[in-house]
Amino acid sequence: MNSDNSTGSADNYPFQQYCPARRRPVTINFLCLLLLIVPILLLPSCDSILPSAPASEDVLAEPVEDLSPEQLALHISGDIEFARVFGAADGLGPVFVAASCESCHVGDGKGHPLTTLTRFGRLADGVWDPMPDFGGPQLQQRAIDGFAPEMIPAHATGVTRLMPPAVTGLGYLELVPDETLLALADPDDADGDGISGVAQYVDPPDYFQPQPGSIPIDGRYIGRFGKKAGAIDLLQQVVNAYKNDMGITSDFEIDDLFNPQAGGNTVDEVADPEVPASTVHSVVFYIRTLKVPPRRDADNPEVLAGEEVFKRINCSGCHTPVLQTGPSDIEALANVEIYPFTDLLLHDMGAELNDAYIDVGEEPGEWRTPPLWGLGLAADSQGGRMFLMHDGRAATLTEAILLHGGEAAASRAAFQALSASEQNQLLRFLESL
Amino acid sequence: MNLKHLFVAILLTVVLPSYLLRAQDDSTTTLDAAYTRPFITNIGSSSTAIGGYLEGNTNYFAEDGISEGLSMELRRFNVFLFSTIGQRIRFLAELEFEHGTEEIALETAQLDLEIDPALVLRGGIVLVPIGANNVNHDSPRWEFIERPLVATEIIPSTLSEIGFGLNGNLAFDRWVLAYDAYLLNGLQNDVILNSEGRTWLQAGKSEELLAEDNNGEPAFSAKLALRQRDYGEVGLSFYRGVYNSFEREGEAIDDARSLSIFAIDVATEIEKARIHAEFAFNAIDIPANLDELYGDAQWGGYVEVTYPILESPLFGFENASLLAGLRLERIDYNVGSFAATGRNRGDEIDALAFSLSFRPSADAVIRANYSHHWITDLLGNPSIKRAGFQFGFASYF
Ligand code: HEC
Ligand code: HEC
Repeated sequence: MNSDNSTGSADNYPFQQYCPARRRPVTINFLCLLLLIVPILLLPSCDSILPSAPASEDVLAEPVEDLSPEQLALHISGDIEFARVFGAADGLGPVFVAASCESCHVGDGKGHPLTTLTRFGRLADGVWDPMPDFGGPQLQQRAIDGFAPEMIPAHATGVTRLMPPAVTGLGYLELVPDETLLALADPDDADGDGISGVAQYVDPPDYFQPQPGSIPIDGRYIGRFGKKAGAIDLLQQVVNAYKNDMGITSDFEIDDLFNPQAGGNTVDEVADPEVPASTVHSVVFYIRTLKVPPRRDADNPEVLAGEEVFKRINCSGCHTPVLQTGPSDIEALANVEIYPFTDLLLHDMGAELNDAYIDVGEEPGEWRTPPLWGLGLAADSQGGRMFLMHDGRAATLTEAILLHGGEAAASRAAFQALSASEQNQLLRFLESL
Repeated sequence: MNLKHLFVAILLTVVLPSYLLRAQDDSTTTLDAAYTRPFITNIGSSSTAIGGYLEGNTNYFAEDGISEGLSMELRRFNVFLFSTIGQRIRFLAELEFEHGTEEIALETAQLDLEIDPALVLRGGIVLVPIGANNVNHDSPRWEFIERPLVATEIIPSTLSEIGFGLNGNLAFDRWVLAYDAYLLNGLQNDVILNSEGRTWLQAGKSEELLAEDNNGEPAFSAKLALRQRDYGEVGLSFYRGVYNSFEREGEAIDDARSLSIFAIDVATEIEKARIHAEFAFNAIDIPANLDELYGDAQWGGYVEVTYPILESPLFGFENASLLAGLRLERIDYNVGSFAATGRNRGDEIDALAFSLSFRPSADAVIRANYSHHWITDLLGNPSIKRAGFQFGFASYF
């Protein structure tokens, strides 16, 4: 120890108090050896000195292969925007749910109860009211400094909570032709299998550009994104996310969100739009060009047997195993076969999953079949466990299956009737997705 | 209360009289003011010293297989100015150029009026006495290129603020007791709702920190350090202040929300092994609706051991030494568990680092570091690993 009077303060710069010169014999003792040995012992226990990338089959957040250099650059710009965290000074809020896309869709995967979206509304005299005067349909339960967050009005009759879904492979789903979806639909259950998928028809926003081959009815287009298929395309989904999930205005939605319960036009002070159209487009491009979720162990005999069980008990009646994309301006996405395990149609799932909430005009018990691809990686973004079904109430695959009612009741009964080993095979198959 | 005004008052009562005393029997007029400044009129009596330090590094890091490549940086070029104005008035300033000229900051500009070694009045831009690293952070002093995480992420080093207060040393026998206490402007709004998406005290250091307070409520910081000359030093420190602008044009628009930092630091030497440790705990008032997303409690700590493997003349340097070091760290940005699941809230970093450094003299160091970070996100997903090598030099001048 030096024997000066100072403690560890800034005052003892060397030009004020020069350190006494030290000269000591060469010594190597126990402590010094320890300092050299501990590193050597610890290092091999890390996966490597410089951490290697996790295997591609274990991650969702990767671009599709075969993008051109320009496309890859745009994908990366979109990735950065997707991860961007908004602060109050950047225009977050004034009311919001979370501060970045990434915080809800962690690693492009599914979310967590911390970031579920809540929507509410009121059914009165058979008429559905999304309660805009109370901030409906979507609740923004958080607010920046000095602003009050929204609350669910006491007279709302339906409240639903939505667990953030994974966002990979959606560029392919966007390209499945309307024709295909309408062919899968069976509104009157003509084939008598108890399953009657219907397409959701949605009024397009004013910035909407129809894709070639769209089949509108009275100016309404088929919705395919969101738990109730309330968004026609990824642009609509992303514009809404900026506005309603984060309180970020864009060239597409220039008016800031505010809490009508606080009264007046109480918006934040950041100039609008808070993000330009180019940012929104880059994020849309990023999502369009995320790869399809990878599979693991697809050739394992148990998994293959499970796949057969999946078809046999007609899980595939809604979770359609194979779809084909149509033409696209992104070569890598055009005319390819994909395995999303969804028909993108609405199905009545029974009373237990009915939150008495209506998004677009569907029956409140109807939900869009979620893609099952990526299911096996759910826990890696949900905090080490799974939160399945629309609100995350199912902690395991079995719980999720047992919650299937309504049109899926027959499949559930068939699942319950399976032998333990067949059930296990089915679960192995789902985990491999 | 506006601290800027108090700073000005101190300048008026302390600095000006010393100028005036000199000017008394003088034949110059005010027109000569530029050349009658004491730093010129005193040439020869060497009352002013200029010093500083320079730090440059080469970094190579990889995160989950993605490398950022090799980068070189001139991380810091700091200039000190020290001046004695009269017998017991001292002035110390430090101007920091970080990453070239990307960030330029007046890190210190303080005036000391020593009434007694046990009672020194200090005002200006002062280094806040929270923890040990915040005040004792000059790069040439350390064997590790990176400051400990607790000292940058939990305590927002380098935290220097406009303020004034007292400090002093009391020495008895082999013991020294030092104290520091200041009133300060205090950290500001962006502690939450910043572009990090977490409670982060660093973001509360706005540009205006050195100009005007955002809420008219001073912050307070104090430290007590006890040193036993044979064993080492222990410091206890505290910081508390309101961080949000809860009033606007005199109208209350929000609740006043405060934050506190408690820190303990230890420095000792056992068998020539130098040991440094620092732990800090933050408690932050958060609006109820932001609970869990933004942490209301944080902590962090590190323990570092460095050992001189060799102390002998080397390559012609008389007082050369070669040191090996090990540092272990942990920080948690968001202490607590999720109400919905009962599981731990993550947002934690564990880190391990090694150093090997060569000191041609005590004031200069050439060092090689390896560090490995395990970064867990808020939800507790599988951790991201980040590791890399750094090589650099730092020297006082
Ligand atoms: C607060 C959490 C939250 C934030 C922030 C958020 N999302 Fe979402 N996201 C969700 C939820 C919940 C859904 C399901 C919505 C629904 O059913 O209507 C969703 C749906 C989506 C979908 C459709 C997925 C599908 O399978 O149909 C896309 C694409 C998407 N989000 C992208 C984004 C982008 C881009 C951003 C940032 C601009 C963003 N999200 C921000 C929670 C969030
Ligand atoms: C009638 C159509 C239908 C059938 C048949 C059906 N499902 Fe589903 N499945 C759905 C819908 C719709 C949901 C979403 C329900 C919700 O979010 O509340 C869903 C959700 C799931 C989920 C949770 C996905 C997630 O991301 O949270 C799993 C797993 C699942 N189904 C597996 C199966 C299996 C296995 C079978 C066969 C036993 C099956 N489903 C049969 C329509 C169906």
